[in-house]
Amino acid sequence: MTPTGQDFAQPDDFEFTAENKARAQAILARYPEGRQQSAVMPLLDLAQRQHDGWLPRAAMDYVADMLGMPPIRVYEVASFYTMYNRRPIGKHHVQVCTNIACLLRGSDDVLHACKDKLDVEVGETTEDGQFTLSEVECLGACSNAPMMQIGDDYYEDLDAESAGRVLDALTRGETPTPGPQNGRRTCEPMGGPTTLVEEES
Amino acid sequence: MLHDRDRIFTNLYGLKDPGLVGARARGDWDGTKALLAKGREAIIEEVKASGLRGRGGAGFSTGLKWSFMPKEIGERPHYLVINADEGEPGTCKDREIMRHDPHKLVEGALLSGFAIGAHVSYIYIRGEFYRETEALQRAIDEAYAAKLIGPDNVHGWDFDLYVHRGMGAYICGEETALIESLEGKKGQPRLKPPFPANCGLYGCPSTVNNVESIAVVPEILRRGGAWFAGIGRPNNSGTKIFAISGHVEKPCVVEDAMSIPLRELIERHAGGVRGGWDNLLAVIPGGSSVPVIPKSVCNSALMDFDSLREAKSSLGTAAVIVMDQSTDIVRAITRLARFYAHESCGQCTPCREGSGWMYRVLSRLETGQGRIDEIDMLEEVTRQVEGHTICALGDAAAWPIQGLIRHFRPELERRVAARGVSQVAV
Repeated sequence: MTPTGQDFAQPDDFEFTAENKARAQAILARYPEGRQQSAVMPLLDLAQRQHDGWLPRAAMDYVADMLGMPPIRVYEVASFYTMYNRRPIGKHHVQVCTNIACLLRGSDDVLHACKDKLDVEVGETTEDGQFTLSEVECLGACSNAPMMQIGDDYYEDLDAESAGRVLDALTRGETPTPGPQNGRRTCEPMGGPTTLVEEES
Repeated sequence: MLHDRDRIFTNLYGLKDPGLVGARARGDWDGTKALLAKGREAIIEEVKASGLRGRGGAGFSTGLKWSFMPKEIGERPHYLVINADEGEPGTCKDREIMRHDPHKLVEGALLSGFAIGAHVSYIYIRGEFYRETEALQRAIDEAYAAKLIGPDNVHGWDFDLYVHRGMGAYICGEETALIESLEGKKGQPRLKPPFPANCGLYGCPSTVNNVESIAVVPEILRRGGAWFAGIGRPNNSGTKIFAISGHVEKPCVVEDAMSIPLRELIERHAGGVRGGWDNLLAVIPGGSSVPVIPKSVCNSALMDFDSLREAKSSLGTAAVIVMDQSTDIVRAITRLARFYAHESCGQCTPCREGSGWMYRVLSRLETGQGRIDEIDMLEEVTRQVEGHTICALGDAAAWPIQGLIRHFRPELERRVAARGVSQVAV
């Protein structure tokens, strides 16, 4: 069934794979008896990962059934949290942070470079279905700003050029090395730490 | 200045092995059983004596918070909930603990859990931190395998530790919203009282602590509360992880002493303000929720709770966001207003409606389209939102705007005047 206004098809059915059924049982075991509703977020995430990065209605119903929750309670959760995608999404979800720490260090340039390179606006998916571009709130890597998240990985210390390089590599089917793109190791001051350098006794 | 020997997070940059072998070499899990043998009361007293104040932003005494838990474990189990939903713009300190020094958190969880009578603990980590979740889970798996935690562990206090991922909602950093989320619901804050210590996760006695607060506990217990209390000024004690971002030469995360002068922190570790100290415009000293302070205040501010409160700001998460003279300060604060409008959970009307209204008015002022009298109106509305909501998100949406008006009103007025709009209300 495709509700009015939806420009994409919803699958009729959803079921966890055998492997994900086992994962679901392991997730449920983390919570006390009678409190299996706690598993709704991890299970929706699991479903999304199984279903090409987005959550169809059938998957939400499946999880509701599995947890004995009214479906509306599951829809509520799925629509409250921004990491659940309730419509199809590109293979690579490019999420550029534009919050204050990134803004101060050039996220305008990074976002612009991504739009240029992918030829899409924020919220759009490339015609080949490879990339979806999003603007997101603070991702918590502010000392490595500006940065973006693609899939599960952070690409940090970006500028327009290095952001473009990351996207080019993904286009070629490569996996670019995550983390700082300017030669820095992690979050130490560029050029070397100012602490943790005294001789160990 | 803090010596390396007094630093707690000795693998902050991940240059050494974050695993159990490396962690043990750095002193983690050393004599943990003897620490537990001191007993719940003694541990709570030691943490109280250390002066440790919560590292998540509110700065409430950690030991005192623990003492609110019931003394005896009744029919309802006790829970320790660790807040790793790091999402306050500017803040990136807990991430470094979890990916580079995770055993400090795991050991801290055991000791803290024991202190409050909890056999089960959940770490609620923001969903975007996927790799950090993996790093943390590796450490937990190692600790289980070595029987440091889990049922029938070598420490004699059964303790299960689980990681629960959030899914992208800033509000879940608020402790009762976090509990709601952990229970499988929308993350909307609860009214307090009842407080979590009486009625928290699953209606059971619970304590919610920040990652950094928990991760410093083992070192405090090993070295003694007096050691920790001796660092920084009275009532502001200990070491602290600072995250420095924005217009500095070398942005970084660094552990130093509480009460370090703001200028010294920036110049010693972050290579100074881009273009020199005199090129400084302003600093947001504690994450996006705290009011901005102009250079004149930065000159003498110390990075601790009391000094920054005197400066009409706050230590918050100790995330220092530096802005030089090139900054469009109105745009920067407007960006934060947009953030709060986006993250409001929608439960309380003043926040739901006010955060969007404040963002829209500020957007107009940013481009000079507002009227002069709207600046006062905006200030008035921030007062209507502040203090009138269930949780502190309403306050957090209001304070950055109040800071902007307090210190940069002439800039707002200049933009309106430059656009030539009459200040007479229609």
